[in-house]
Amino acid sequence: MISLAGRDILHAWGKFIFTGVGLGLLIGVTLTMAGVYRGMVDDGKVLLDNSGADLWVVQKDTLGPYAESSSIPDDLWRSIRTMPGVAEAVNVTYLTMQVVKGSKDVRAMVVGITAGEAGTPGWPPQLVAGRQITRSHYEAVADIATGFQLGDVLKIRRNHYTVVGLTRRMVSSSGDPMVFIPLKDAQEAQFLKDNDAILMQRRRTEANPAFNRPGVPGLLDAVIASQTSNSSVNAVLVRIQPEFSQKEVAEPIRRWKRLTVYDRAQMESILVGKLIATSAKQIGMFLVILALVSAAIVAFIIYTLTMDKIREIAVLKLIGTRNRTIAWMILQQALVLGVIGFVVGKISATFAAPLFPKYVLLTPADSVLGFFAVLAICVLSSIVAIRMALKVDPAEAIGG
Amino acid sequence: MAGKGIHIEGLSKRYGEGDTAVLALKDVNMHVAPGEVVGLIGPSGSGKSTLLKCLGAVIDPTAGRMVLGDEVIFDGGWKVRDLRALRRDKIGFVFQAPYLIPFLDVTDNVALLPMLAGMPNDEARTRALELLTALDVQHRAKAMPSQLSGGEQQRVAIARGLVNRPPVILADEPTAPLDSVRAMAVIRILNDMAQRFQTAVIVVTHDEKIIPTFKRIYHIRDGITHEEVGEGRRFD
Ligand SMILES: Nc1ncnc2c1ncn2[C@@H]1O[C@H](COP(=O)(O)OP(=O)(O)OP(=O)(O)O)[C@@H](O)[C@H]1O
Ligand SMILES: [Mg+2]
Repeated sequence: MISLAGRDILHAWGKFIFTGVGLGLLIGVTLTMAGVYRGMVDDGKVLLDNSGADLWVVQKDTLGPYAESSSIPDDLWRSIRTMPGVAEAVNVTYLTMQVVKGSKDVRAMVVGITAGEAGTPGWPPQLVAGRQITRSHYEAVADIATGFQLGDVLKIRRNHYTVVGLTRRMVSSSGDPMVFIPLKDAQEAQFLKDNDAILMQRRRTEANPAFNRPGVPGLLDAVIASQTSNSSVNAVLVRIQPEFSQKEVAEPIRRWKRLTVYDRAQMESILVGKLIATSAKQIGMFLVILALVSAAIVAFIIYTLTMDKIREIAVLKLIGTRNRTIAWMILQQALVLGVIGFVVGKISATFAAPLFPKYVLLTPADSVLGFFAVLAICVLSSIVAIRMALKVDPAEAIGG
Repeated sequence: MAGKGIHIEGLSKRYGEGDTAVLALKDVNMHVAPGEVVGLIGPSGSGKSTLLKCLGAVIDPTAGRMVLGDEVIFDGGWKVRDLRALRRDKIGFVFQAPYLIPFLDVTDNVALLPMLAGMPNDEARTRALELLTALDVQHRAKAMPSQLSGGEQQRVAIARGLVNRPPVILADEPTAPLDSVRAMAVIRILNDMAQRFQTAVIVVTHDEKIIPTFKRIYHIRDGITHEEVGEGRRFD
């Protein structure tokens, strides 16, 4: 027995390739959508990996430092470091803002890192060019996704920074590239008040009789000094000693210091489950719509291809072809269309992924899932055409 | 007068219901012996195609009785469960218009039937080629149907109707698009088939060239058949 579907496809291969490519582009968009979601999750994981931390100590009852703002005193790290099981505890600040270079600006996550060396939590683990920050002011390490180059001078708030090193794939959970600067500078950038605000506050403080007491010299100055200097960070990153578990170390800090402490798994669930949850739902909606549109298109194409063959199907029935054979012919064509579409989609998604501004991660598992989803859609959408073909009256094959 | 071949008694066919109903066949009585080729002629709209469709189990007769070989296939209702298998195994069709499968080449258009019946591809193609040669289209064996002339398509369609060597062949104006030489060749092949395989053949025709070749002719007028003796002229 010959393959009727195969012969038909060979006969009308142009039509098949053409519709297959059209369908493929749609499937490509769908795969890319899934890749955008995976990219977001991966951005979150990369962020946590690159932070080099085992525990995140943040302001009580906040989801900081990535999903909510958190502010804790910048001397807390000292006491945390003395707690059992803690190997390292360092301050860190995160602030997403526009970083200006010349006339253009880039949205970036500015990370304030403590003095130290590569490997310190918060520090970029690897550079692709240049060196790490060595001075305590006005140096920056930028991710290449910012477009900055070694030697560029950036402006963050009022201060200028020279780019001394470059990283790759150091991004925030929303995919913004990172710019690392010294902690002190970052604290200033985050909590810096402009001169007018400082002046106004000073006046208010002076006008307050509680602070401005004639009998207590030095009180007013002390109050003002404490108001203007900034002594907060967003989080303390903790690296634990290998022989301790994350739970063992986190629990005492949580109880004793009245702080919220997240371990790696909790942090991941905050980033994936809360921070990008809305985006994920958005993408999920798109995936559903795209799947429906693809299904409608495949159904329509298969339906028209079958409609074009009504007379031949009538002839086939007249000369005794079984329903099974006819249904299989239509189903095979739908599957071939699906396979062409998937191959085209996979290739176009692979080539398009690097062109997207955010990270698009195409996982083999998604591809396999997508492949079977496409086949399932093809099978479902050929049902209409098959039903129609089976209803064709063989009498139509005999003219008057 | 039951027996082998085709036997039709009191067959009627009504299309539609109520006011728009058409009684296309009123009282059809026919007998075609195995190995016999009979002509069926009548004016347009007299019910010729309707009769072939009933006999070919493509539409349902309204009443009557039909026997193919020694099997009663219809008696007030179908007596056969799988009409499609009946068509495939017992009946060869040649339609008024030659509907070939556009995505199969000439050989496979013909060979498809024996393949559907389970014959190996090579054997089916060999048999198809024999028939195509007899019908003088073997030089187009590898062509696609769309590349053939109307007459060539018709001859391929005839080959397809004969290829399974069915006990019954129903041909609806098979020679209409053919010149007289080829029309005669078709009639000769139908007669050869009828004799070699004891096939009962009914040929519907308007074709003045071939009418004289039938030994027996059925006239149909207003859905009623009348039998008459034909000239039975030789066709070579
Ligand atoms: N599907 C149908 N529904 C209703 N009436 C039909 C149908 N098919 C045929 N008829 C009617 O039945 C009658 C017989 O038609 P039929 O096709 O059998 O004629 P015919 O003898 O083959 O004519 P021709 O020589 O023109 O092919 C005609 O009056 C026709 O209009
Ligand atoms: Mg007719």
